[in-house]
Amino acid sequence: MFESLSVPGLGSVIAGTAMLGFLCGTLGTFAVLRKQSLMGDAISHACLPGLIVAFLLFNSKESWALMLGAAISGTLAAMIILGISRYSRVKEDSSLAITLSVFFGFGLMLLTWVQRRPDAAQAGLARFLFGQAATLLDRDVWLLAAIAIPCLITVFIFWKQFQLVCFDRSFAQSLGFPVFFIDVLLSLLLVMVIVAGLETVGVVLMSALLVAPAVAARQWTNKLEIMALLAGIFGAFSGIAGSFLSNIGKTSIPTGPVIVLLITLIVLLSILFAPARGIVWLQFKHWRDSNVLQLDSVLSNLVNLAKEHSGKQNGHSMAMLKGISSNPSGVPRSVHKLLEMGLVFEVDKGLYIPTTKGEEYLHEKTSHMGRP
Amino acid sequence: MTQAQVEIQLLAMATAVACSLCGVFLVLRRMTLLSDAISHTVLIGIVVAFFLTGDMASPWLLVGATTAGVFTVLMVESLQKTGVVREDAAIGLVFPALFSIAVLLISIYSKNIHLDMDAVLVGKIALTPLPSRRLEIGGYDFGPKSLALMMAIIIVNLGFIIMFFKELKVSTFDPAFSKAIGFNPYWIHLGLVLSVSTTAVASFDAVGSILVVALMAAPAATAYLLTDKLSIMLVWSCIIGMLSAVLGYWLAHILDASIAGSMSTVAGIIFGFAFFFAPERGLFSVWHRAKTRDRKFKLALLLVHLTQHEGTIREEEECNIESLHLHLRWDEYEAHSVAFEAVETFCATKENKVLRLTPKGRIIALESLQIGTNLS
Repeated sequence: MFESLSVPGLGSVIAGTAMLGFLCGTLGTFAVLRKQSLMGDAISHACLPGLIVAFLLFNSKESWALMLGAAISGTLAAMIILGISRYSRVKEDSSLAITLSVFFGFGLMLLTWVQRRPDAAQAGLARFLFGQAATLLDRDVWLLAAIAIPCLITVFIFWKQFQLVCFDRSFAQSLGFPVFFIDVLLSLLLVMVIVAGLETVGVVLMSALLVAPAVAARQWTNKLEIMALLAGIFGAFSGIAGSFLSNIGKTSIPTGPVIVLLITLIVLLSILFAPARGIVWLQFKHWRDSNVLQLDSVLSNLVNLAKEHSGKQNGHSMAMLKGISSNPSGVPRSVHKLLEMGLVFEVDKGLYIPTTKGEEYLHEKTSHMGRP
Repeated sequence: MTQAQVEIQLLAMATAVACSLCGVFLVLRRMTLLSDAISHTVLIGIVVAFFLTGDMASPWLLVGATTAGVFTVLMVESLQKTGVVREDAAIGLVFPALFSIAVLLISIYSKNIHLDMDAVLVGKIALTPLPSRRLEIGGYDFGPKSLALMMAIIIVNLGFIIMFFKELKVSTFDPAFSKAIGFNPYWIHLGLVLSVSTTAVASFDAVGSILVVALMAAPAATAYLLTDKLSIMLVWSCIIGMLSAVLGYWLAHILDASIAGSMSTVAGIIFGFAFFFAPERGLFSVWHRAKTRDRKFKLALLLVHLTQHEGTIREEEECNIESLHLHLRWDEYEAHSVAFEAVETFCATKENKVLRLTPKGRIIALESLQIGTNLS
């Protein structure tokens, strides 16, 4: 464990993945809220042809040149996706799938054409797809920071506008906000983030980093600013923990997939256990509500029976209550609970009548009915 | 063409047809991105099946991959049903996670496996004619194995579509109605998911995962721009798929580049063409139609203007070609060209720069006014 700390460059790997995780989480929030979760996936695939053209033009593997190329083709792809679904009847899912696969296929064609080998693509493609977080250098971290900081500042400046467009497009339009410009700006930011992260985590995992932290954060809060911050923190945490975990063992495991699995775990836990929106929580609430409802209905049945059947002295049997209940198997438990609460009294063996307290309780409940 | 080239093209076409058939329903049901998810997650099915059987050529790999595809869709759907995650986000959560597990498994055990990541993405269509990949029964050569597999898939897909055409149609276009008449659209949905998975897995062996997405989305979306009828859309989709396959093959041949890559490029180019020039719904056609309508309306307006001032004192002034644009408040160039068109089509004559109606022009103008009063 401690040996791993001495792995050269681990510091910059952790700093890089943490920064990237934070950035992806924050911007992914907007993508997820705008139902554009898979935009990131499409754009990151679409960066391939740009990378290769940039490589051909500048004839270098310098990060900035490749990033520029990737940014241009990513932007182009984003505009095409928006354009197809806006100007034709082809829906957004198809326009995403077409743009993604055609750009990627075109990139593949260029790549093999450059190498003049039709059968297989080389290490470059694998790196593009899966990323190589382990090779992050200090220089790359600075480059990442140079992209991250302006992006975050832009988000900060346009916070109100982004918020408005995310939640109420038509209202934003009616207020005279340039909605289309904000759409384009958000897409551009997304492209920047993707381009920054491609080299580290690769294409497939990039899309996960844009979606998962935001989905997890959504579970814990209803406020946009907290959601964005939380998503950033989740992203950064999985980045840091992922780089650690993948460097602990003797054999190195690819960092990207580890990060993705960690963030998926966070999502899973959030979906299950988050208060108010978690599945376990919702199930519990459902169970509790239905119990209370059952209790009330049994009590109400008993009160009505007592009213109709000459006075309070005659009790009614469990079988009778079961017969008129919509959920007979739950009746004994409800009666038991009612006895415990003192709302029902057992006059004879197996015969029950409501107590005065029980009648009051029911009156209290039903008096709210039919009123706002 | 050598036999090898013919065989590669045949396989490419067969794959394209199989994918385009499924693609039509994916596009219409807005499920295209599921093909993207499936094409990524079949990897984990292959890896797991490989660990269980230890044989890279085992047919269980196909079964494993298909199961993984169906499993992916079911996972996405159950995530969606919880109500906390929307469909797009659910897809974006499930497939990277499964894909990551597969990548990790491969990288941990990679010393003992021959799983070529590139082949997964790019496919091995160029290797189709190799002797080891041929189907031989009783000494007879039945061509490449993958071609035979692809043909089988086409037959299954076609059979599914023909047998359940009515059901597919109603559950695609009006799921609520389908349910109302007592047919649960979910069964068709499951059948479709199964057929998409099988097709994706079989084609993925030949052309790689990304091309599967391209072949499922692009030809079907192109066909969607060309017709409003489901049966015709299916035919168009297959034709466009085959065209992309053949043209893509030759493009790859000329450039000496990846066949899968150039096939998807061609499919994209064809979609681009349809996007701009499709007869009814192309961007250019829509623009042209709007322009023609605009022009027709302007001509009618000019003729109405002429009838209003016919025989009045100001006729010389109002109907003068030089000042027409001032009275109609048009662009000067446009006024001239509309006036020219009126003369060209014998709706008006020009005397001394003053436009005068011909009987034909008068009729058109009066008809236009008639329509106007009827409308109001």
